[in-house]
Amino acid sequence: MKIAVCVKEVPDATAHKRIDPGTKRLDRSGEGALNAFDANAVEEALRLKDATGDGEVVVVSMGPERALNSLRKALAMGADRAVLVADAAAAGSDLLATSLTLAKALEREQPDLVLFGQQSSDSDGAVLWAAVAERLRRPVISQVAELTLEGGSLTGKRQTEFGYDTIRAPLPAVVAVADSINEPRYPSLKGIMGAKSKPQETVSLADLGVDAGQAGEQGSRTEVLALSDPPPRGEIRKLEDDGTAAEQIVAFLADKRLI
Amino acid sequence: MLGKAASLGGDVAGVLLGSGVEGLAHQAGIYGAATVYVADDARLEAPLPQPRVDAIAQLVGEQGIETVLFAQSILAADIAAGLAARLDAGLNWQLTDIAADSGTLVGKQSALGDSVVVDVGWKTTPRIGLFRSGAFDPVERATGQTQIQTFEPELQEFSLAAEMVEQAHAEESGPSIEDANVIVAGGRGLGEPEKFGLLEELAKALGGAVAATRAVVDAGWYPYSTQVGQTGKSVSPTLYIACGISGAIQHKVGMQSSKTIVAINKDPNAPIFEFADLGVVGDLHAIVPKLTELVRARKS
Repeated sequence: MKIAVCVKEVPDATAHKRIDPGTKRLDRSGEGALNAFDANAVEEALRLKDATGDGEVVVVSMGPERALNSLRKALAMGADRAVLVADAAAAGSDLLATSLTLAKALEREQPDLVLFGQQSSDSDGAVLWAAVAERLRRPVISQVAELTLEGGSLTGKRQTEFGYDTIRAPLPAVVAVADSINEPRYPSLKGIMGAKSKPQETVSLADLGVDAGQAGEQGSRTEVLALSDPPPRGEIRKLEDDGTAAEQIVAFLADKRLI
Repeated sequence: MLGKAASLGGDVAGVLLGSGVEGLAHQAGIYGAATVYVADDARLEAPLPQPRVDAIAQLVGEQGIETVLFAQSILAADIAAGLAARLDAGLNWQLTDIAADSGTLVGKQSALGDSVVVDVGWKTTPRIGLFRSGAFDPVERATGQTQIQTFEPELQEFSLAAEMVEQAHAEESGPSIEDANVIVAGGRGLGEPEKFGLLEELAKALGGAVAATRAVVDAGWYPYSTQVGQTGKSVSPTLYIACGISGAIQHKVGMQSSKTIVAINKDPNAPIFEFADLGVVGDLHAIVPKLTELVRARKS
């Protein structure tokens, strides 16, 4: 059984995220790290592989060459192989261009199951899997808090605003896991050392049969026009309780005519 | 959102997909839809995204629709993205507003943890937009005839491959937190489930409702129907008092449209202090009962 996990390198959590006003793209010049939510997806793939006793976990990503560092973390956790689509023409891709490129990379792999994490910490999107599943013409289940495989089908417990849905789908399928699904393992020292020698492949858009015009800004149907500061929320006040906090809250609420 | 769309000019239609839903079409009309397209089909009963992509794509093709707008929900996000790929259409998300500009539409997107506002455009039509919930207040329009048009959805085989085995039930007794003007919410900082009693007292004094974070709902401290956040409800009350809540993004997205936010937390570095109008660093176990007492005293 082959499981592909789509992962992304994002700016390190401690970095101050900003959009470069010149390029109108996210500034990715600082430290990068494997998107934390993707670690849940890698972990789930590894658990499924451990449970069935055989299979292959391949991590797939799109990004600059240095994103291989983040892919190596997934390999250190236990993934078997990494495939990175690294092509300058892919930079600045929106959802449409990204999903097309990833779908082509996934078609090349023909996985039984494609996993995504809950969202990426840099784009607030949380939508990529649905677009990829559409391109692959496969069933998709998102926000999966519990996943079981049986024979040729999977059952997912999906987190919704109303409680949990139980949904079943035949393989091959696409699943986006919720961060509550598991606790990702820490790579062992052996895993970290071994990661370097695991197969890591870099492919270009041409290798995937993706025309440069279908990728990057050219292949995107949305654009960033301008940036501005958010409307001020108004004064933000922070106080330390010196015993009168409750009175101060009341005064604040009264001032705003809320009580 | 129907009201907002109506304000942009052009024709506005609502789309209603499901089973046994035709009766709801008139409500869409009241809020701004001149036309409501309805696909009433048993295969659309379960809240699954892919059959809805088929139905909406079909409608866009048949009716020449140029713009499709959604309000954020887990289901809507999956539909919007699938639809974007199906139609080769641009999708802009996390929208807080949209405006007509020189014959096209420009969206306002809140990005990077609300630290920047981005003007986003669509290079082609159809355009797809996904709006934050609570972005607009509903506006009832003066009477006009609402045209209801039913259509037969043609659904693809792969769209029907996922099946709902058991659907989540909304167990709600009493008013929904979405309708509350005042919400007192509790998180892990409460320490134990019994402490929700303190919040209930405060909520009662303020005439509001009690809500909870995912962490405490998962721990069984409070019902799922009160969960606020990314995988719970989105609320935009006049006043939101967050007690023992750190303010991580998954919770923030569910309550950031609240008009006034007060936070009480003993951790001075809690992220909630970055966006609370009034942040109080202190012990909620001491502050909340006192606050309740003072509020009651004022009211009497």
